[in-house]
Amino acid sequence: MKIAICLRRVPDTTAKIAIASNGTSIDETGVKFVPNPYDEYALEAGIALRDAAGAGETVVIAFGGDAVQETMRTALAMGVDRGVHLQGTPSADGLANARVLADHLRDGGYDLILFGKVAVDDYGQQTGAMVAELLGRPCATAITALVVEGGTAKVTREVEGGVESAHCALPAVFTCDKGLNTPRLPGLKGIMAAKKKPLDIVPTTAGDSRVTIVSLALPPERQAGRIVGEGAAAVPALMAALTTEAKVL
Amino acid sequence: MADILCVIEQRGGAVRKGANELLTAARQLADQLGGRVDALVCGVGSVNGIDALGAAGADRVLTASHDAFAQYAPEAIVATVQSVAGQYAAVLLAATATGKDLAPRLAAAIDAPCGMDVTAVTAVNGAVRVVRPVYAGKAIQTLEFSGTAVVAVRPGAYPAAASGKAGAVESVAVPAFTPRLTVTGIAAPEKATLDVAEARVVVAGGRGLGEPQHFGLLEALAAAFGGEAAVGASRAVVDAGWIEHGAQVGQTGKTVAPELYIAVGVSGAIQHLAGMRTARTIVAINRDKDAPIFKVADYGIVGDLFEVVPALTAAVKAAKGQ
Repeated sequence: MKIAICLRRVPDTTAKIAIASNGTSIDETGVKFVPNPYDEYALEAGIALRDAAGAGETVVIAFGGDAVQETMRTALAMGVDRGVHLQGTPSADGLANARVLADHLRDGGYDLILFGKVAVDDYGQQTGAMVAELLGRPCATAITALVVEGGTAKVTREVEGGVESAHCALPAVFTCDKGLNTPRLPGLKGIMAAKKKPLDIVPTTAGDSRVTIVSLALPPERQAGRIVGEGAAAVPALMAALTTEAKVL
Repeated sequence: MADILCVIEQRGGAVRKGANELLTAARQLADQLGGRVDALVCGVGSVNGIDALGAAGADRVLTASHDAFAQYAPEAIVATVQSVAGQYAAVLLAATATGKDLAPRLAAAIDAPCGMDVTAVTAVNGAVRVVRPVYAGKAIQTLEFSGTAVVAVRPGAYPAAASGKAGAVESVAVPAFTPRLTVTGIAAPEKATLDVAEARVVVAGGRGLGEPQHFGLLEALAAAFGGEAAVGASRAVVDAGWIEHGAQVGQTGKTVAPELYIAVGVSGAIQHLAGMRTARTIVAINRDKDAPIFKVADYGIVGDLFEVVPALTAAVKAAKGQ
């Protein structure tokens, strides 16, 4: 079983967002970067499937600037076998980025290609499904269960009002949601081993972008409201506020 | 190229709710561009609800019939849309679980840029422009696309409207396609609960609940709203296994915009605030008067949730005449 896991480097979810002076991106000063939380479910799924198969290889692939290598080392410390850094500048056009990944993955002989369902920075939610379409592979997005038996994968995904079940033949592309598994934490041994694992660098260029970021802005600040009182005695005051002021009851 | 194609979701032979909101967005965009709105419905035979799509804003309703559409069949929908997509300025879908799955596949198939989970779509000098929350709502991004764009519109971002006219219905052929993913069905959850992303009222619990069984208090409060409230949760309690991950509100959970959000025992970590700050009215109930949640709440009660929540439940019941 040969498994590719595509990884994004994103600001820590506790980061406070400030807009850079160009007005189209964030100010990265003092911001800590982490592996995209949803990609950790993909990493865990890939590592567990390789281990269960008792053979095979997991490869972490990331497209971005050199800083992404640090994030990739976290994946290697979790237990991924090797990394491929597609070195370049990602585009605002998700399809241009998906092409970079698809072109690299096309002849890689991967049985499974895994993504997180969304990167928690740009909230694009498109790269995995685009890569699948570009490669002509089966795809399910935001999966919460994955069972691989022989050459087949069974998955479930949450949809409005229920849980959808599906199956497909491998090779396939999946994007992973919370609930799929509990990602392992890298141990000290893994962190030491990660330093020696191969990380190939492949210079890459994204194609023309048909997406322009016009602006990035902070949402309007919410004004703090008022404490209507203390304890159960404050409930009538709250009910009055919700009924007459907010008109939500 | 001023016309807009709306891909309308159906399930089990009936148009899904949300179609009218999507058509409102499409109508506004088409009017700006001076074009027409076509609604495409992929189903088996005739689909319930297509008669109402004209009144909701569609000039034409295109129906594509195939046995594959008994379940969600992404390759068949992509092939059908691809066969007509060339003539449109934009293809609009609802940013539901299905729409978010379908939009990027379509974009890749028709070689178009894609905007996901947008809250507004307009035309500026003939180009499609979208507004969308990023960083789970910590920032707002405006994008402009060149050429045909695939746009998934967030449910609830547009009101449903009715124009009062009927759309002409025409059928389109489903081209040959290669099924790759086989969807076998949708299982209803054990408890029929409203999704936090779709509820008018969300009652959310955090670590302040102390123990998982105390979510029962929140379920009782949600129930008092009579079927329009859902129970949500902060990341801490989801990670602790107190409640299923589908209830999580925040940067690594769902982004919600209900009319009323009641945060109980939720301290208000920045990731949680990102997911619920667009609620119209926020109520916080917390023992700690310095909790960050009070900085975004419209109304707060400082106190023991085990006293406040049952009293609030009784008051809501009384207000609802229960």
